[in-house]
Amino acid sequence: MRQQPFSASLLALALAATFSTGASAADLKIGVAEALSGGAAQYGVSIRNGFQLAADEINAAGGVNGDKLQLVIEDEQGKKEEAINVFKKLIFQDKVLMVFGPTLSNSAQAADPIAQAAKTVVFGTSNTADGITSIGDYVFRNSVTEADVLPETIKMAVKKSGIKKVAVIYGNDDVFTKSGYDNFKKALETLKVPVTTTETFAKGDVDFKAQLTKIKATNPDAIVLSALLAEGAPLMVQARQIGLNVPIIGGNGMNSVKVFELAKDKSDGLYVGSPWSIENQAEANRKFVVAYTGRFKTAPDQFAAQAYDAMNIASQALRKVKLGSDLAANRAALREALPAVKYTGATGAFQFRRASDKSGKPAGYDAQQTAIISVTKGGKFSIIEK
Amino acid sequence: MLEQQLVNALSLGCVYALFALGFTLIFGVLGVINLSHGAVFMVGAYAAEQAVTRLGFPLWGALLSAFLFCGTLGLLIDFLVLRPLRARNAPHLIPMIATIGVAIILNNGVQGIFGAENLRFAPGLVSDESLSLGGLHLTAIELGIILLSFALMAVLLLALKKTQLGRALRAIAESPKAAYLLGINVEGLFYLTSFAAAGLGGLAGVLIGLYSNALFPLMGQPMLHKGIAVIILGGMGDIRGALLGALFLGFAEVLSVAYIGSSMRDAVAFGLLFLILLVRPKGLFGTLQERKV
Repeated sequence: MRQQPFSASLLALALAATFSTGASAADLKIGVAEALSGGAAQYGVSIRNGFQLAADEINAAGGVNGDKLQLVIEDEQGKKEEAINVFKKLIFQDKVLMVFGPTLSNSAQAADPIAQAAKTVVFGTSNTADGITSIGDYVFRNSVTEADVLPETIKMAVKKSGIKKVAVIYGNDDVFTKSGYDNFKKALETLKVPVTTTETFAKGDVDFKAQLTKIKATNPDAIVLSALLAEGAPLMVQARQIGLNVPIIGGNGMNSVKVFELAKDKSDGLYVGSPWSIENQAEANRKFVVAYTGRFKTAPDQFAAQAYDAMNIASQALRKVKLGSDLAANRAALREALPAVKYTGATGAFQFRRASDKSGKPAGYDAQQTAIISVTKGGKFSIIEK
Repeated sequence: MLEQQLVNALSLGCVYALFALGFTLIFGVLGVINLSHGAVFMVGAYAAEQAVTRLGFPLWGALLSAFLFCGTLGLLIDFLVLRPLRARNAPHLIPMIATIGVAIILNNGVQGIFGAENLRFAPGLVSDESLSLGGLHLTAIELGIILLSFALMAVLLLALKKTQLGRALRAIAESPKAAYLLGINVEGLFYLTSFAAAGLGGLAGVLIGLYSNALFPLMGQPMLHKGIAVIILGGMGDIRGALLGALFLGFAEVLSVAYIGSSMRDAVAFGLLFLILLVRPKGLFGTLQERKV
């Protein structure tokens, strides 16, 4: 999935670029800055694929008011410094209309202010940390934050499995899993679900049995788990091995079909919430899943779906904009058109919600979407009807 | 609960021991802290995974191919990196830094070929059901790791104490120059040690990969950190020390999770380690040699 399609798609892109330069004089240059190498590459590559699929579909259907989308793709390696460099290159050298990315929230904190200062729209599809959209009014994202999703997941699990008390376990040396834990904790407090014990582990741990044995002794009705797959999947297996068969309520990190590959027959009873589910049979999503799987020979994940939708959301806004020859005016016009977009795509109905900055003044835009709660059973996610 | 935690501690300790045996062997003989051992460990896991999925090898075949593949890799590392440094009489730190470079190359190489995503061994290679012995849960692979780490330690100890080869290795550990003057094939034994140590590292990678169900390019890194702690605690280069140090770390970690709290785990385990080293600076079995100036 990794190497060949990458070079193949680069080639396709190069070919597409060669052909389209002749076809249309007014290409719309869109910057894409994602982590295509390094530790975050498994997310960045999915995201890039989602953008490419959407852009190619839009172009095949006649482009945006006759103009073709042209993606300028750069690797920001999941690093802050690289993200800054890449943003500068895209905005000042390539003179793109807007920038998608970067992959990680950390990088977004560092690089988004550059786009804001240059009055260029920056659109994140995978940044879930608090405070990204308070950077300024040119910062947009369609990634739903865990603060919005986790309370819904817990509510549904409590309702469906009759959960009275839970044990919590999370990775305490990772920004993402730690912030997931903070959100879980807040949600459990609001919903008044008692916690029997809170345990932690570290990145790279292979053995969770000490913590799980302790959890088992407190006799919880479910385990709340904030982890990335690398630790989360083995943890599920080991829980089942010591006879801890309660449901597991997972965060965003666990919402991937990879969990079935990694935990195999021990993957049942995992609740996850997200606006996107591979099992969502809505027309738009079914088409996306089929097209993505056909082109990239691998199942899409949440990151690909959000990127795919983001490209469509941006193109909706572009359709409403009269583009002139002045780049700054074009960028500002796009910024004005974007907040009004309402779109129903792979991740369901979407609209923007105004965020505010630290002093409470309106700033960028967050996503307003409903979460789909799924539970794993027999190697599949099945959506729980409300 | 305590009984189950003791079983957990034993199996975690043996996981560390399995990694530390090869690590300490190479230090004992070559006098090099080989920081590529974690990467070799990871390569072993990937080699076995490939042998299983591509060639359909059974478990023993996967273990053997990991041993041979990593052994050869160890030979190459010794031949290409460590030997030229020995020949130039490089000071101690240089080979250690060089092995960091080797680790980076291996980690990035594997990520380039297989990607950054997690892989796992095909299910059914070993049963992951747990055996229940009087209310205690233990999986087949845990039992295997425990038995194998004790068995390997016994074999290594016997080989070092009772055989001609072992005597030669101990002579080299004492002083490579003196051993050379006595007619021992020092370079040959260095190669042999590198082969065996890396092979053991590869074996450990397979077993721990089976145990944790997660292979990823940086899986050796946390192991390496624990491994360094274990061999310092055990007494650098001592085989019994590696096993005991590993068991100590396993028990300290598990019991601090059980009775103090999991977020204090490393603080307690490494705090105890520090205290022991205050009392016994050479480690449990260390015999610090006088440095002749």
